[in-house]
Amino acid sequence: MKNIFIIIIIAAFGVMLYPLFEDFSGNDELSELASFYAQKENVEKVNSANLVTAVVVTYRGLDTLGEVTILFLAAAIIAFSLRKHSVERDLRRNSEIFKTASKVLIPIIMMVGVYIFMNGHLSPGGGFQGGAVLASAVILMLLAFPNIPFNSKLFAYTESISGLVFVGLAAIGALIGSGYLDNAILPLGTFGELLSAGAIPVIYSFVGLKVGAELSNILNEFQSVQSDN
Amino acid sequence: MEYVALTVGFIVIMAGLWAIMTRKNIIRIIIGFSIFDTGLHIVMVALAYVKGRTAPILDNTVALDDAVNLIVDPVPQALVLTAIVIGLGVTALMLIFAMKLHREKKTLDIRSFKDLKW
Repeated sequence: MKNIFIIIIIAAFGVMLYPLFEDFSGNDELSELASFYAQKENVEKVNSANLVTAVVVTYRGLDTLGEVTILFLAAAIIAFSLRKHSVERDLRRNSEIFKTASKVLIPIIMMVGVYIFMNGHLSPGGGFQGGAVLASAVILMLLAFPNIPFNSKLFAYTESISGLVFVGLAAIGALIGSGYLDNAILPLGTFGELLSAGAIPVIYSFVGLKVGAELSNILNEFQSVQSDN
Repeated sequence: MEYVALTVGFIVIMAGLWAIMTRKNIIRIIIGFSIFDTGLHIVMVALAYVKGRTAPILDNTVALDDAVNLIVDPVPQALVLTAIVIGLGVTALMLIFAMKLHREKKTLDIRSFKDLKW
């Protein structure tokens, strides 16, 4: 009986989605807004090869600020609601292969993360993706060496300073540039090179550090409250 | 061809909904929410697709002068980037709630939480 209800609800949801499918015919050209972003003179104003990054950090930069705030809020609530209770856990010893391999891999994964967020304005990637890769290195570290002293203060400070630099750079744009989050406060450089697009690589690097530190703190929080029951 | 991603997105959304409604373990329900999320992201990116065009990254193959005729819409992609990060925060919070519920009743079976059920 209950299963029939569930099937009916899902079928009704499918019927609700069907008109969207029916009306979709594939776009033949860009929308007005997107073609504004893709026009040559507007691309040269921002000078970022990756247009998604241009949208995320400059045109819709305020949304990114809100997004970073939401992530911070989530991390804060998690830290608030998990109370540490230090239970001595009886852990199985990790194998030698796993430990040695993670010693080799952790620095490489961190390097890839830094590469991804520093090249966010040139290639696919950016602060959030790079930060997630950094956090995956921290996961590997926590799994391979569960008893390693985790300096959560350091991560908390990295995170706060990165957030402040992000907001500060955005505010400098409002003071000396043409508006909040204007990226032309630094020289725009040559199109397609690492040091180009003005403040975008700087802002995105700090976003990457902030996201990486935040996610690492969340993971450490989760790991420290684990128990064996 | 442009229907493939859209159809897959809808199927993933429905699979997520099915998981949310039928599973009894709270962790599995949370996984259902994540699947639902992923489906929505696929649909959003699929809606931004423009026939026969490439990613909105300008380099040697996508000339700056002709970019308007060569790239897909970057705005929904930026939107999905935001949505993924929000989804991560929501998932982390749901896991915290699952942990709190487990501390309360020592079980993760949704059927044993009847306090607010009518």
